[in-house]
Amino acid sequence: MTDQSAAPDRKRRRLPQINPVWVLLAVLIAGIVYMNPGFAEPTGYMNFLKRAAPLAILAAGQVYVITSGGFDLSVGSLITLVVVGASMLTNNDPSATYWVIPLMLAMGLGVGAVNGAIVCFLRVPSLIATLGTMITLNGLAFLWSGGAPRGYLPDTFRFFGRELIRDVPLVRFIPVSVIVLIVVVGLFAWLMHRTNLGRMVHAIGDNPVAARLAGVPVNRVRISAFMLSGLSGAIAGILLGGFAGVSTDVGAGYELEAITAAVLGGAQLLGGRGSVPAALGGALALTAIFTLLNFLGLPQPVRQVVQGLILIAAVALAMHRRKRTGT
Amino acid sequence: MSAADTPAPTRAGFRFERWAPLILLAGAFAIYVIVAVATDQTQYLTLENLIAILARSIALGITAIGQTFVILVASIDLSVASLISATAVLASVVMDGSPAMILPAILAALLLGGLVGLANGLVVSGLKVNPLIATLGMSLIIQGCLSAFVSNFAGSVPPAFQVFAYGEIGMVPVALIFLALLAVTAWGVLRFTKFGSDIYAVGGNEEAARFAGIKTGRIVVASHVICSVCASIAGLYLASRLRSGAPWIGADGVYDLESIAVVVIGGTVLAGGRGGVWGTMAGMLIFSLIDSVFNIAGVDSFAKQVLRGIIIVAAVAFYAIRSKRIVA
Repeated sequence: MTDQSAAPDRKRRRLPQINPVWVLLAVLIAGIVYMNPGFAEPTGYMNFLKRAAPLAILAAGQVYVITSGGFDLSVGSLITLVVVGASMLTNNDPSATYWVIPLMLAMGLGVGAVNGAIVCFLRVPSLIATLGTMITLNGLAFLWSGGAPRGYLPDTFRFFGRELIRDVPLVRFIPVSVIVLIVVVGLFAWLMHRTNLGRMVHAIGDNPVAARLAGVPVNRVRISAFMLSGLSGAIAGILLGGFAGVSTDVGAGYELEAITAAVLGGAQLLGGRGSVPAALGGALALTAIFTLLNFLGLPQPVRQVVQGLILIAAVALAMHRRKRTGT
Repeated sequence: MSAADTPAPTRAGFRFERWAPLILLAGAFAIYVIVAVATDQTQYLTLENLIAILARSIALGITAIGQTFVILVASIDLSVASLISATAVLASVVMDGSPAMILPAILAALLLGGLVGLANGLVVSGLKVNPLIATLGMSLIIQGCLSAFVSNFAGSVPPAFQVFAYGEIGMVPVALIFLALLAVTAWGVLRFTKFGSDIYAVGGNEEAARFAGIKTGRIVVASHVICSVCASIAGLYLASRLRSGAPWIGADGVYDLESIAVVVIGGTVLAGGRGGVWGTMAGMLIFSLIDSVFNIAGVDSFAKQVLRGIIIVAAVAFYAIRSKRIVA
């Protein structure tokens, strides 16, 4: 009897508890290297990481909101507003960067706080609340720039998104955005998986009533989650402004890509489960898919179809696994 | 709880949730009248003008009726916008100016809608994929397939079919009558049929509904089919109105998010099980009245967008703020 019950137990333990997103990522990278051996060189993978950085940072922030049980649809518009706002405020003056960047980060936190307050105090579901802020922020970006953004961002501002640190041993060069990526994702991962805030975010997403009864300040934690997501949006905006330049649609679609990346990383919609490193894996996998499709010479529409299929398949697979393991 | 107690509170109590859409609608109408009078543009207060306001949001109204069904079963459909584009293009390509092809085109469009709804419903209820993700993925797939084939206006709609959008009976547009009939039918289905009460049961508590013997999967699939068919009707209407189909008309009208906003402003709860079609119609009226107010007052189009976002949040907060439940 004991032997019988122990056997499947041992079997389950022997199966490595590895998140499927890393397998997917490894397969995709192998595919890319096969198609284009140059990818294995530092130039290849550093450029890849540089391109993936904004999405990865965004996904790391989005995981907080998804794990707490909500959605943040406003980050795409926030990116646009940050890029447009920064170009208006710096007004081609390189020395303005030093106060514009902190201001933009504060704006990200502020937008997150507003989102959180709408959800917590006005009790509007986050889907609608952040949809409202998405429309509003987009309108503000247009209003601020008068519809056609003019000017460009000074090089000091574009430093984070564009510059490379050269003469680094082993890899020859590191883009600044990759350093930003490592620092931000590392910080977000620490906050999520090593602190009380992270545990409370999981708790309110899993069962808000139980969390409240257990003494979790539900509103404060939820607002913090939205603020972190807003912050990640502002950072992603600063990076994207660096390498994409100023336009009124830089951020369009990023909110859905961030949610896709988080979901690929196994974050559970409607809360309770989510991991920042896995979301990073999801973002890298999504970027790798797009890179691979580019190498294959497939046009933009195919990219959309593939993204849609992967999204559905990832969640269906996760649900299937969850049903089988009974959790 | 005896039988005599139960009807009393429903009869005596003022049920805020029931009247909130009407209160909001009255508010929107009052603002409209005040702005029209204040800016001395009383010509906007004629009956013809009010009908014109209504006629502008017919596509949104048709889509929102469908969306009401999926939201009532606690699902959601984000694929309506790309489906609208797809059916509009499909219909106008099949017709291609020939009146003989009107019927096949309509059938093809409705069939496409039905298939998409079936796929959505099966993925949501069978594979247990979160409806937001399932329909978002579907939306990407439809839009991708569509833009792989067409990049501009394709096909053309014969004049006989343009009657759907431009015809009038007396002074009322045909499409408006159609919308009213659709709303009445939807109300009848929800109010008087077993299917309707099953929808509310599944949306209210899926587990309980299953234990009560309702085939919950079928109800979810059927609601998705209804939603997608409504979206394809909206696509047909837009094809008839624009005289041709283009792959961006659905995304341009933001029909996915706006139809959800309209349904929620109409008092249907995103969590499912509460709400109805008349609320949705009130929501649609509120949206079009607000748009007309902006037009009359000459609000800058970017400022209009800012206000629109705030109004959506404020209108939903109008109901939600009283709830004691924790929302996410």
